[in-house]
Amino acid sequence: MKSLEARFPAWQQGGARGNLYSAYMHGFANPTRFLSIARPLTPVLLVSGLLLVGIALYTGLFSTPADRLMGETVRILYIHVPAAWLGMAGWTSIAIASLIELVWRHPLAGIAARASALPGAFFAAICLITGSIWGKPTWGTWWVWDARLTSMLVLFFLYLGYIALADASQREAAAGRTGMSRVAAIFGMVGAINVPIINRSVVWFNSIHQPASITAGKSSIDGVFLWPLSLAVLGFSFIFGAVVLMRMRTLLAHIRIEARMRRMAMA
Amino acid sequence: MTQWTYVILAYAVGIGGTLALLLFSRSALRRAEKQFDEIKRK
Repeated sequence: MKSLEARFPAWQQGGARGNLYSAYMHGFANPTRFLSIARPLTPVLLVSGLLLVGIALYTGLFSTPADRLMGETVRILYIHVPAAWLGMAGWTSIAIASLIELVWRHPLAGIAARASALPGAFFAAICLITGSIWGKPTWGTWWVWDARLTSMLVLFFLYLGYIALADASQREAAAGRTGMSRVAAIFGMVGAINVPIINRSVVWFNSIHQPASITAGKSSIDGVFLWPLSLAVLGFSFIFGAVVLMRMRTLLAHIRIEARMRRMAMA
Repeated sequence: MTQWTYVILAYAVGIGGTLALLLFSRSALRRAEKQFDEIKRK
């Protein structure tokens, strides 16, 4: 079995690895330093996220008017849009963390990528379900094989594949084989190709889904809907961040348990 | 079904799911940290 030190050398070396940049990157790989930041940050993100989401959803349900075309169903916007954003942001985080893991061998990057997968898959699923609920009264159908809907469904399946691969890599790492971790990281980077496809699908293909309402610096959404939507996006993002930190701490605890048990077995 | 039925259904899925995700993540964390503390004491 490969030792914890061999799998996570920066934890033992205190971050010093060859050059200054690498040392800077790996300085944050120290789990004690990470946990000292993550422990107080988790409740801050969680409480502020719940508060923002509470205000946004209350406003969305009871204070904003019905839409001229969509009627009351426009209120689904405050759940559906943050979920779509986080479904895509989750995979973007996986891709960036995977790149950092592969290039700089940053041990926490791999853990961050794995920790982002479950909440990312969850929000992709919420986006699909709430979109389907919204589709029925708006389009007259629960589902169509439209480019936007299909590419989002593909993202959800990519998440399932990544979770299975990351779990397999954890089991392989526990057995002293590390190759699978690289496979999961490469899959995380390659799968990112689907994110711009989802984003541009309403432009590239004839789509039943409406085009983007918010683009760089512009919004076609009226201010009365926009501010609770912005609060909902921010609030759900904070909740997403809190879940990622909780899952990172869980994965770190499992790694430490594994290391302790190995040391006890060798003693 | 009225329009409000669809709205309530979407909110129930969104809010209920988010709370379930939070509870699951929190209980997994507590379980892992408790297990680590027990092993550390041995």
